[in-house]
Amino acid sequence: MAKETGIISWKKLDLGTAILSPGSAQSLKTGDWRSMRPVVDYDVCIRCGRCYIYCPDMVYVKVETGHYEPNYYYCKGCGICANECPVQAIKMVEEGD
Amino acid sequence: MGKRVGMEVSIAAAEAVGMADVDLIAAYPITPQTHVVEHLSELVADGHLDAEFVPVESEHSAMSTCVGSSAAGARTFTSTSSQGYALMAEICYIAAGLRLPIVMVVANRALSAPINIWNDHADMMMSRDTGWIQTIAENGQEVVDLIFHAFRVAEDHRVLLPFIINMDGFTLSHVIEPIILPDKEEVARYLPPFKPALRLDPKHPVTIGPVGMPDVYTEAKKVHDEVLKASKDVIVEAWKELGDQFGRYYKPVETYKTEDAENLLFTMGSISETAMTAIDAMRESGKKVGLVHLRLWRPFPSDEIYEAMKGAKAIAIVDRALTLNGVCGPVCAEIKSTLYDRKFHPYIKNYIAGLGGRDVTVDNFVEMMDKLAESAGRGDPMGYEIVGVKE
Ligand code: SF4
Ligand code: SF4
Repeated sequence: MAKETGIISWKKLDLGTAILSPGSAQSLKTGDWRSMRPVVDYDVCIRCGRCYIYCPDMVYVKVETGHYEPNYYYCKGCGICANECPVQAIKMVEEGD
Repeated sequence: MGKRVGMEVSIAAAEAVGMADVDLIAAYPITPQTHVVEHLSELVADGHLDAEFVPVESEHSAMSTCVGSSAAGARTFTSTSSQGYALMAEICYIAAGLRLPIVMVVANRALSAPINIWNDHADMMMSRDTGWIQTIAENGQEVVDLIFHAFRVAEDHRVLLPFIINMDGFTLSHVIEPIILPDKEEVARYLPPFKPALRLDPKHPVTIGPVGMPDVYTEAKKVHDEVLKASKDVIVEAWKELGDQFGRYYKPVETYKTEDAENLLFTMGSISETAMTAIDAMRESGKKVGLVHLRLWRPFPSDEIYEAMKGAKAIAIVDRALTLNGVCGPVCAEIKSTLYDRKFHPYIKNYIAGLGGRDVTVDNFVEMMDKLAESAGRGDPMGYEIVGVKE
């Protein structure tokens, strides 16, 4: 799991607010924008990997069984994966429910 | 020792940029451009200057090219004026936020409408908050000196901010003046080669200009504000060294016959030389008046303004731009705030003069100072007045 971002001191910003090491977006917690979360029913899932391909934030990670599991740290809740899943294995559930 | 020449100030500015061994010049070559970039293009085309000259399709593109060039680690220069400067403004904020030490000469001119290509400070005031360092020249020699100074300060790793040298359009840009041009070797002694602190390099990838979300934008602005404030010490230090090497000394706020003055006149730019002549004339007729003139516009030299003005009974502040229906002109507003903060409350009258190329004469200054003394005596409301407007 990536480290959480937060407000850092102005004295610690790099020159011109530049980013000096590649891949820093990994620490951006895009998951806190979410109001709906995708929940996968693995009994229905056919392991086609479309959710993995279509998710704009690369939330899905392939696990040993060949299924794809979402990493909610990044999931924005856009619902694209649920829309693309060919067997309706993914349901969007209200956060907090 | 350099050589003394008679030269149009724009041409001399280009020669100075050439002597500063610039790597890239990007400019829009058509009105409101001046001879500064025209002559630089000649220097490059004739093989006198080993630099890239990029003629672009707009000032917006000129500054965008400068941003890329500077980010790649090249010593970068451009020049513009009035409407072109307005078009460039969007990218000017970016160059400053990214801390790119681009140097620009602005030939100060009025903003339309009506269309007017002549001198005033509307464009300088428009760009007040872009976060660039800004100095003001009063004659051709100062333009040349301030260009060397600008590269040196902008590229100093304690600063790393873009830098504008303001010179009055036409009054300076198109006038032939006697100027001492130093040798290139002398300039090289004053101005070391540019060593970027951070640059675009495929071997060491960095991201310059990423999005700054609400969790970083405030801190980014705070850094910019602090760096600009702290740049004043470097500016003054570099002026001291320029003086020691070339024999011409500069200060953030200059004064003329202010020691025993009761009433003060305040100016900026080339009219300051006319103002000195006016002060001489008024002194001859026994009036205790003096002149305070501004060399450094950003960072604003509040302490030096206070030191130069404290003790005065009344002050006439001349603005070369109008803040339409504001409290007063833009420079007057800053000075009033400065003095108010220091609990010094003299009588201040603001004169808006020399708009769109209208001449400001010795007689104008004498009249301003006479009116100042009268209205201070009567205790008239302070406010501002547009000088010479025909009813
Ligand atoms: S809801 Fe959107 S962000 Fe979240 S896993 Fe599905 S496609 Fe990715
Ligand atoms: S798109 Fe649906 S079926 Fe395909 S892997 Fe993802 S959850 Fe399983």
